Amino acid sequence: MEPISGVPAIVAMVAKVLGLFTILMLVVAYATLAERRISAWIQDRSGPNRVGPFGLLQPIADGIKNFLKEETLPATANRLFFVLAPMITITPALVVFAVIPVAAPLATPWGVVDMIVADVPIGILYVLALSSLGVYGLVLGGWASNNKYAFLGGLRASAQMVSYEVALGLSLIPVLMLVGNVTLTEMVWQQQQMGIWFALPLSLAFILFLISAFAESNRLPFDMPEAESELVTGYHTEYSSMKFSQYMIAEFGHMVTASALMATLFLGGWDLPGTWDNAFWHEGQLIRGFAEDGSVLMADAAWWKTLVTFGAFGVKTLFFLLVYIWVRWTLPRFRYDQVMALGWKVMLPTGLGYAMLMAVTILSLDTVGMTYGFTYGLVLTGVSGLATLAFLFFIDRGHTIAGAAALNRQRAHAARHARGDNPAGDGQVVLPSAVGD
Amino acid sequence: MAISVKVMERPEPEETSYLRAALSGMALTFKHLINPVKVTQQYPEEQTDLHPRWRGTHRMEVHADGRPKCVACGLCPTVCPANCIRLVGGEDDQGNRYPIVYEIDEFRCIFCGMCQEVCPVEAIHVGRHFENAEYTRDRFVYDLDRLMEQDHPTTLLWDPSDPRSE
Repeated sequence: MEPISGVPAIVAMVAKVLGLFTILMLVVAYATLAERRISAWIQDRSGPNRVGPFGLLQPIADGIKNFLKEETLPATANRLFFVLAPMITITPALVVFAVIPVAAPLATPWGVVDMIVADVPIGILYVLALSSLGVYGLVLGGWASNNKYAFLGGLRASAQMVSYEVALGLSLIPVLMLVGNVTLTEMVWQQQQMGIWFALPLSLAFILFLISAFAESNRLPFDMPEAESELVTGYHTEYSSMKFSQYMIAEFGHMVTASALMATLFLGGWDLPGTWDNAFWHEGQLIRGFAEDGSVLMADAAWWKTLVTFGAFGVKTLFFLLVYIWVRWTLPRFRYDQVMALGWKVMLPTGLGYAMLMAVTILSLDTVGMTYGFTYGLVLTGVSGLATLAFLFFIDRGHTIAGAAALNRQRAHAARHARGDNPAGDGQVVLPSAVGD
Repeated sequence: MAISVKVMERPEPEETSYLRAALSGMALTFKHLINPVKVTQQYPEEQTDLHPRWRGTHRMEVHADGRPKCVACGLCPTVCPANCIRLVGGEDDQGNRYPIVYEIDEFRCIFCGMCQEVCPVEAIHVGRHFENAEYTRDRFVYDLDRLMEQDHPTTLLWDPSDPRSE
């Protein structure tokens, strides 16, 4: 099986770009409908069900409406950045998908086509670099609107993105150590080799990545930049028509991309259980795996394998999309200081500690001479499971992200202290703000 | 009646499990997601049964020969608290009084139903009807012909011996 080359390769590339872009835009459009329908069902409503059967044409109606709406431009807005900001936001959200492998390689009469738009060697670094570019659009839009709510939204967006970018990167380090490479195809391949998807051997990294991804895509419970109840709609308060729509597409595009990333990094990407679908380019050959004696087992690409694995990838991605929507309509929004506390006091140290723990574990396993495979994964699963339990126990007791109950207790303590009624005499400092009420 | 306020006890932070609370919340919403409580009425397809004493837009009863039952006694414009009925009465050759002009401004009307209660010949009625949308405002002044054309069910008068219409 030879990789595709020459003119057919260019045709295949164009087809992949167009196809993937179309699918992505369709998923984004229908994610808006899914969000409205699912939120309605959760709240015992019906949701939009009038346009077309089951409301299936609603995204199209929304699109037409957005095109026909009046485009407003605030008189005091910075015209250049106001127009530029939605474009800056939407582009990274859409192009990140280029490095995510969506299915097993497809066999064609002209050669084997990789089902990935750009298998760039920098892989995940490209994703991190571009997804953090999106925040510029938010900040610029908020600032250029010359509106205090939009401005606060933009500020919050920048602070939140910076905070959680750190945790996101740290949660990826164990994955990179385990895979030994940064391309996403290699990550899928290593999960196929291990026989366990990384959600188990790297469970804590998975949890950290999930939380950070929520924060990165500004979804509830982390939607501080939008925060309807506080900031009207945050950074896009002044936007209307297609500019508003661009922000919406960017938000949902971010969600889809983050879902696809989580599926690829932690749920095996397009992999299905068993070795029948494994495929990877190894020294110019498409291989399925290695035999006991180190010789390669050849893979045979087939169109039905591509189709089935694409379906698997789609199901995993849609599962995370469902989780996104489900969480949004369940959990209330964090307070701003809680978001920052969670990011810097919980996620950052946990990510660092977990990276250290995994480094030690992987190094020990390699030193002992255990070969990379299923048992290797089981040992990692055990270690990570313990770390996850410890982490959950730690954050679950209100030690770090304290809710209102802990605040009340602190206030009561401070009030006692202010009255001079301090039997413990532990010399705690009383903040003026804590004594007020 | 005073509003009763239930003050919830805040649990101590050591007793609080945010994780369990979040997960039980997720379980609850998932239960509703897969098995929603159906309360929405799909309005144009499913119509509500209006109460027998629902008071909607008016309707004028007519005789078998097509004349309005109204005898232009002038009681309804007199009793109308919103002053929305305009009546100009006339008399024919036999000495029967009839309305020359009978107009009800449905925008001014407060749908109290007193016109129906006061009518001695049971001519004017408020109706069990609510779909009154029009494209222009002047269409909301119903003249005599319009009132006679209405064919929706009329409202039952309040019966003191059966105050809840049971």
